[in-house]
Amino acid sequence: MSSSVSLALRDVHLAFGRNQVLRGVDLEVARGATACVIGPSGSGKSTLLRTVNRLLEPDRGDVLLDGRSVLRDDPDVLRQRVGMVFQQFNLFPHMSVLRNVTLALRRKRRLGDDEAVAVAREHLDRVGLAAKADARPGQLSGGQQQRVAIARALAMQPEVMLFDEATSALDPELVKGVLALMAELSAQGMTMVVVTHEMGFAREVADTVAFMDAGVVLEAGAPNAIFEAAQHPRLRRFLSQVL
Amino acid sequence: MDPLRTLWETFFDWESMREALPEMLTVGLPNTLILAVTAALLGSALGILLAVAGISRTRWLRWPARVWTDVFRGLPAAATILLIGVGLAPLGMQVWGPNPYPLGILALSLIASAYIGEIFRSGIQSIEATQLEAARALGLSWGEAMRLVIIPQGIRRILPAWVNQLIALIKDSSLVYFLGLLASQRELFRIGQDYAANTGNQSALLLAGLCYLALTVPLTHAVNWIDRRLRHGRPATGPAHDDPDDLDLALPGAAGGNQR
Repeated sequence: MSSSVSLALRDVHLAFGRNQVLRGVDLEVARGATACVIGPSGSGKSTLLRTVNRLLEPDRGDVLLDGRSVLRDDPDVLRQRVGMVFQQFNLFPHMSVLRNVTLALRRKRRLGDDEAVAVAREHLDRVGLAAKADARPGQLSGGQQQRVAIARALAMQPEVMLFDEATSALDPELVKGVLALMAELSAQGMTMVVVTHEMGFAREVADTVAFMDAGVVLEAGAPNAIFEAAQHPRLRRFLSQVL
Repeated sequence: MDPLRTLWETFFDWESMREALPEMLTVGLPNTLILAVTAALLGSALGILLAVAGISRTRWLRWPARVWTDVFRGLPAAATILLIGVGLAPLGMQVWGPNPYPLGILALSLIASAYIGEIFRSGIQSIEATQLEAARALGLSWGEAMRLVIIPQGIRRILPAWVNQLIALIKDSSLVYFLGLLASQRELFRIGQDYAANTGNQSALLLAGLCYLALTVPLTHAVNWIDRRLRHGRPATGPAHDDPDDLDLALPGAAGGNQR
C-alpha cells in the first residue's frame, strides 16, 4: 500500500471537563509501520485514537500526517484518509452488509452505484465475506461483523488505519481470524495504530509498542525492548499482570 | 315505562342508526381520516424539525423547540383548536376564504408536532452514540449521519409510539367540530351529534363511537404487533454463529511473525 502516510502525535492534551485524559502524548508511527498501544483501562488509549481522526479535538498539541498538521483540515475530509475500526463493530444494523460498505463510497468518494458495488464486493471478498453481501449485520457472527467493519474502512482507501480494541468484544474462537486479517494488512504496509489487549499480536506484528498509563506514553519501543527489557516499573507491573 | 327499555331505545335504536349510517360512512369517515392522517403527516414533518432542534448543540434552536413542545403538549387540545381556529380565522379568510377546515388541520398538526417531536427525539437519542461515531469516522457529515444512519434506525424504534399518536389524533379530530364545519366537512362525531340532536336519540352518536372503535382498535393491535416484531426481530435467515468462515483466515505467516 504505497499510499500510506507517517503519523505523529506531538504533546497531545485532552480533558473532559476537569478530567485530564491525555496529558501530553507523543507517538511516532513511520509510514507503513504498525504501532500497538497497550496499557490499563482508563489510561486514555481509545481517547488517543479518536484525536487522530478528530472525533475528539485535542486541547493542545498537534496531529501530523506525513509531517503536516491535520488540525486545520476539514474533519470530514481528514476522516476519509483515516479508517477506524471499533470494539463493538458499529455496523449500521438497518442496512445490508453491502450497503454498509457502499454508503461512504457513494457519498464521500462519489462513486456511481455500479462502481461502489464493485469496490465493496472486492473488499468484502478480501475479508472472505463476499457471500454475505446481502445479509444484515445482525445475521453475522461477531467475527464476521468485525471483518465487514474492516472492509468498510478499507474500501475508502485510507492512508492510516486505527483499531480500537477490535477483538475485545469477540468470542475467543473468533479473535484469531480478525487478528490474522489485521496482521495481513500490517504486512501489506498499511500504517496502523492498534489499541489492543492482545499482547501476542503486539509482540508479533507491531513495529512499535507504546505503553500508556494515566494519559501519557510512559515507554515506547520495539516489541522486544518493551516485552523483554521494560524499563519503567509501572510497565513491568502491567506486563506481569497480563502475560 | 320500563326504564331498561327506555335505555335500550336511547342507545340502540336501529332505525336511527340505519338513517345515519350512509352519511357517517361517506362524509364522516373520510373527513375524520383526512383530518387525522394529514395532521399526522404535517405533525411528523414538524416533529422531525423539533426533534433535531431539541437535541441541537445550539441553544437558539434547543430553546424554542422546548417552548413549542411545552405549549402544545401542555394546552388542552380543545383550547388549542379554538385558539388557532378562531384566532387565525381572519388570516385564513384572506388565504382560503371562510373555511375553518384547514385551520382545524393546522391546530391538530401543531398538537401532534409537540408529541411526535418528543417521540422522535427519544427515538434518536435511543440510538447508540457509537453509531454516530462510526458514521462520522467514515467521513459523513453530521447531517448525512443523522439522515442516513441515525434517523432511519430511530424511526423503526418509534413506530409503535407514532401509531399511538395517530390513534390520539383520530380521537382529537372530533374536537374540530367547534369550528363550525360545512355540512360536507363534518367528521364522524359531528354527524353523530347532529343526528342525535335532531332526533333526541343517542343511537347515531353511539354509531359514531363504533366507527371510532373500528378505526382505533385495529390500530392498537397493530401497535402491539409492531412492538412484538421489533422486540423479537424477524426470524434469522442465516446462521448467527458457529460459522466456519470465522476460522478460515488463519493466513500463513500471520501469526508467525512480521514478514515485511
